Amino acid sequence: MSGRGSTGYSAMLRPSGMQRLGRCALIVLALVFLGGFLILPVVAVFAQAFAQGWKMYCTSITQEDVLSALRLTGLVACIAVPLNVVFGIAASWAITRFDFHGKNLLITLIDIPLSVSPVVAGMMYVEVFGLHGWLGPWLSEHNLHVIFAVPGIVLATVFVTFPFVARELIPFMQAQGSDEEIAAVVLGANGWNVFWRVTLPNIKWALLYGTILAASRSIGEFGAVSVVSGHIRGQTTTLPLEVEMLYNEYSFTAAFAAASLLTLAAVVTLAIKKLIEVTSGVHRGPGEEEVES
Amino acid sequence: MAIAQINQVRSPGRRWSFVTKSSPLPGFRLSFGFTMIYLTVIVLIPLVATLLHAARGGFGVFLHTVTAPRVLASYRVTLGSAAAAALLSAIFGMLLAWVLARYTFPGKRIVDALVDLPFALPTAVAGISLTALYAEHGWIGQYLEPHGIHVAFTPIGIVMAMSFVGFPFVVRSVQPVLEDLDPAMEEAAASLGANAWQRVTRIIFPIAFPALLTGTALAFARAAGEYGSVIFIAGNMPMKTEITALLIVTKLEEYDYSGAAAIAGAMLALSFAIMLLVNLLQWWIQRKEGRRG
Repeated sequence: MSGRGSTGYSAMLRPSGMQRLGRCALIVLALVFLGGFLILPVVAVFAQAFAQGWKMYCTSITQEDVLSALRLTGLVACIAVPLNVVFGIAASWAITRFDFHGKNLLITLIDIPLSVSPVVAGMMYVEVFGLHGWLGPWLSEHNLHVIFAVPGIVLATVFVTFPFVARELIPFMQAQGSDEEIAAVVLGANGWNVFWRVTLPNIKWALLYGTILAASRSIGEFGAVSVVSGHIRGQTTTLPLEVEMLYNEYSFTAAFAAASLLTLAAVVTLAIKKLIEVTSGVHRGPGEEEVES
Repeated sequence: MAIAQINQVRSPGRRWSFVTKSSPLPGFRLSFGFTMIYLTVIVLIPLVATLLHAARGGFGVFLHTVTAPRVLASYRVTLGSAAAAALLSAIFGMLLAWVLARYTFPGKRIVDALVDLPFALPTAVAGISLTALYAEHGWIGQYLEPHGIHVAFTPIGIVMAMSFVGFPFVVRSVQPVLEDLDPAMEEAAASLGANAWQRVTRIIFPIAFPALLTGTALAFARAAGEYGSVIFIAGNMPMKTEITALLIVTKLEEYDYSGAAAIAGAMLALSFAIMLLVNLLQWWIQRKEGRRG
């Protein structure tokens, strides 16, 4: 601020002009950062994917290996996400509708998967289900495969997406309170009726929001899945793993073509998320209404 | 029975019970039971299995494994890069949070949605895309290489990848605090003669600081555990650009399960330390907010 020492009048005016300039500079700086750091990598994915033309792109993404990886990714998400949705609803019902000892500890435990490195997460399942793990000998006796097979991939995915739904629902249901549900019970509704008719309609957007986050992460998970997968082409390779394998084989165009599918999924996720925020008020900041006007 | 009687003696008239306040709502046993079983199977048992395996050989063996030269070098690379990335994330995260919370400009919603891109974009995709950008002939790398700045396959590349995945944590921690700021406080400061700089450093920054610390700690935790986006750009040279998470994978591939478990144990200890720190920060924020009314 160099406005000191001039007349009082101009000293009062100058900061506002400076502020306006500073404001523009900050916005431009933020946009440049965003463009160079976030948008450029996304553009680069598509540029590399189409580097050898549309035809090559189509061939790349319709390879049998890529298609089977896509199927496995879908299958894993379809098992892991519903499991965590059920868990998220159960956990948030117990935590927000009842008071019990150790509630804060339980909330902290639910957050554990967020702070564990994905690689460590994957290896934790190797410790339980791997050949040298706790259940390994018993599993191999019964010819059951968890590690280096689809069940291990599902478990690792469940782990990394474990808290997403619960973390959306807990603060939301806490804020909402249980008055409506208690009213329903007093009027004679049974538990399932209360849940389906009162709770679910109230939490549907927050639930959908958490589900989208979980689905997005489960589609894209790499580290945890890579430890338990064994990288068997056509059997235990999810789409992110297929991207890695193609890349390591120097099939760059094919790797980026497969990566473009995942990028597309990420962009769609962001769009749906924003749509939920705008239409339902879930996660909407207090300043956002003014943007519209 | 005995415990109940003792409790009755301690607090006459009220028996100890797990649920501290009775609720008319049904479903506590079902939801709490399912939550606990699911949490135990998915998180707690694998976690305990890993920690027990890490401790199996005794403390001496554990210490020997986690302080081997190559492992120590991997800590230096991982923690040093994560610290640099956390710092970068703090700066740019604060900038974006500020711009999003305080200013209106066209396309703000899109910018706001894009901040979550690193959460949504699969880490493997981010990894190969950043590598393509910063490699010798990449869009950005071609301008840096002639100046002797090597990003891909050096620690700088690791920092870039870690910043990419880390900075949204800072934005999403700080942004709500800035949005909730009471304008009356700034108006009061302005009417008492504080200029814009003073208002930012004396009023706004102290309030946003705990949230900034939380976000930075989360960014650091994510960066320290990151695998997918780092391994492509890192070059993975032992002693130089090898991160700890990759070392675990290498140990697993060499069937050195005890070594992998020991390093995983060290990483888990770091994760829990950061988690504790973040919880303390949250408690600090809540206490601060409580005091402000």
